[in-house]
Amino acid sequence: MASTVGVIFSSINEENVPELTKVRSMGSIPYGGRYRLVDFALSNMVNSGITTVGMITKNNYQSLMDHLGTGKYWDLARKDGGLILLPPYSGESETLYKNRLEALKGATAFLKKVKEDFVVIADSDAVYKLDYSKVIDYHIQKNADITLVYHEHTLKKSHYNMTFDVAKDGRITEIEINPTATGIRKNYINVMVARTSFLLRLILDAIQRGYTSFGKDILSPGTKLYNLYAYKFEGFYANITSLNSYFDANMVLLDKKIRQEIFGDRDVYTKVNDSAPAKFADTAQVKNSLVSDGCIIEGTVENCILFRGVKIGKGTVVKNCILMTDNIIGENCKLSYVVSDKNSVVRDGRILAGCEIQPYFINKGSLI
Amino acid sequence: MLRKKECVAMLLAGGQGSRLYELTSNIAKPAVAFGAKYRIIDFPLSNCINSGIDTVGVLTQYQPLVLNEYIGNGQPWDLDRTFGGVHILSPYEAKKDTSWYKGTANAIYQNIRFMKMYDPEYVLILSGDHIYKMDYDKMLAAHKAANAACTIACMQVPMKEASRFGILNTNKDGTIYEFEEKPAAPKSDLASMGIYIFTAEKLFKYLELDDKDPKSEKDFGKNVLPAMLNAGEKMYSYRFDGYWKDVGTISSLWEANMDLLGVVPNFELSDRDRVMCSRSPLAPPAFIEGEVINSIVATGGEIEGTVINSVVGTNCIIEKGAEVIDSVLMGNITVKAGAKINYSIIDEDVCIGEKAIIGAARSEAVKVESKTNGIAVLGRGISVKKGGKIPAGEIADKDV
Repeated sequence: MASTVGVIFSSINEENVPELTKVRSMGSIPYGGRYRLVDFALSNMVNSGITTVGMITKNNYQSLMDHLGTGKYWDLARKDGGLILLPPYSGESETLYKNRLEALKGATAFLKKVKEDFVVIADSDAVYKLDYSKVIDYHIQKNADITLVYHEHTLKKSHYNMTFDVAKDGRITEIEINPTATGIRKNYINVMVARTSFLLRLILDAIQRGYTSFGKDILSPGTKLYNLYAYKFEGFYANITSLNSYFDANMVLLDKKIRQEIFGDRDVYTKVNDSAPAKFADTAQVKNSLVSDGCIIEGTVENCILFRGVKIGKGTVVKNCILMTDNIIGENCKLSYVVSDKNSVVRDGRILAGCEIQPYFINKGSLI
Repeated sequence: MLRKKECVAMLLAGGQGSRLYELTSNIAKPAVAFGAKYRIIDFPLSNCINSGIDTVGVLTQYQPLVLNEYIGNGQPWDLDRTFGGVHILSPYEAKKDTSWYKGTANAIYQNIRFMKMYDPEYVLILSGDHIYKMDYDKMLAAHKAANAACTIACMQVPMKEASRFGILNTNKDGTIYEFEEKPAAPKSDLASMGIYIFTAEKLFKYLELDDKDPKSEKDFGKNVLPAMLNAGEKMYSYRFDGYWKDVGTISSLWEANMDLLGVVPNFELSDRDRVMCSRSPLAPPAFIEGEVINSIVATGGEIEGTVINSVVGTNCIIEKGAEVIDSVLMGNITVKAGAKINYSIIDEDVCIGEKAIIGAARSEAVKVESKTNGIAVLGRGISVKKGGKIPAGEIADKDV
């Protein structure tokens, strides 16, 4: 495919899920038993043949760096290119960025240096499998200046949204920012393709003019100024816009078809951990659940996502829960609709319940 | 700059393991899958890194493809180093002569230059067919304290089994006065575990002497160790009392896998002080829908059937109505609906058709006369057709 560099916003829309981003950046939110959200955009890039990825970070990125390391698990520990962290306060940006445009401004030094002709920019708050090289092919075929990827679904309440009107030939005729209309819309999924040189020109021009918003000041008026095209992504797409949508995006993995779409065919890369295989005691009863390495189950588990090293004590019943890494649930507990962040302990006999639209959240490292 | 390693480990991984029959027909014994997500070689390699030994030569000879691919650059064991790390040492062609490794001592002798590159004080000799966790650093400390030329790790075995092992006859202070290889009438129950620490200069000296001896079988147990003892070198025994299992036979491999089961198992893999490392596959967590009892299951599984007292490896699919009891499934195995697997070991990449019947209930199977104590064994890559049968104690090496 055409030589392409990737850029990922690891720290975007964090205000949507304050519970989970209190201790980490958006990209390092644990997901699906053994992954972090950033794994999906990053694996999509690697599986599209991209070997140079700039990771834009903001604050709270220790956990993300711990996860990514040198990038070897994504095959991105390279002599030339590979995974390159783009921390704040570097290059052109003297302050901590407040929006996407300022963040990109901080990445200009990186973009000037790379040799690749095209750039794919993606967020890290969504779970989907997309071959970006197909978007690049489309971009070239349409002779577009910018190609934006959309997914058709019912608009959800979120901090930031963008929807398109698209002409028959794929050209974007109108961009609506924070739309008020409801129903099924063409939602921008924050995946953008452009020529590297064109994007650089846009950013430098925007800096000169004192623009503040990539969407409002560049893309929206851009429908009249540039060749803006839309690429329709038809696969499974889950955007994490709230604790509730985080819960749903995990639970949907219990659907075999979606599990196969996300994990089948091409691997989702992630940091590898040396946990022993999951152990089921003779008192274990597990139904419709994902169980990771290192789990020890002595109780009853139904419709759950269990991350690595979760222990479920005897006589305990856990239903519709997401229990992150190293949660220890004692004996004779009852948990339902609980999302428990890493390293928490629930003592014997506790009864905790949330509900489907409002799961009960346990902070990282709590003792209950 | 310090270009030296105090201790270099040499891991003998060339053996065929003929008593594992079909399981080693095209892979070396140390590469045989174990405990759902491991291979046998993970144990000595993890022990090395957990004991602070970061230079390991792996001597391969028999069917090394899977093993070489698995070890790769050693990264999963933290053995990708700029100086040291893990190195695959296969037989090579030299100016004077070309030869395969002829016995354990000859294999080490042929790689004397590799060891000398690191200018070691000590050399640790390991074999790649045992399941155990051991701190070699403690053994090295004992070797140094005893000022020995060679220290042999040993453990107590039941007296009636002692004649199967190399037996050490020791004095009260732990020094060895006699070494007997598989004696008919053993005088002691201290069996050699095949783990030796040599003071490097002594090892090099006796390997060179052994090489010049035309009568020698080039074997550590039979030749080098007795020669050292006869020459009056200080030989010392190091007692080990943890879990250790030779998985050289089908039934011992099955038992060692079963020793991992239970909340308090005979052999614990999940203690976090001495983490067992392995090359982990990129698979999502296991999906569990069926009944899974007293078993371990690795990632990537899709378990909709029943699994009881079993070890299920990576990426296994067990369909609705299928039953897996008292069995070891090594990895990437599909068990179709209604198939029944009892008291079996199934190698990687096997497909079991609908309603196939593999093995028999353990209580019945153990009565069957066979090389495998009644365990049904299915070789790598075979398929069993719909309704196919493999009786207890059979070894299947082709599609059934």
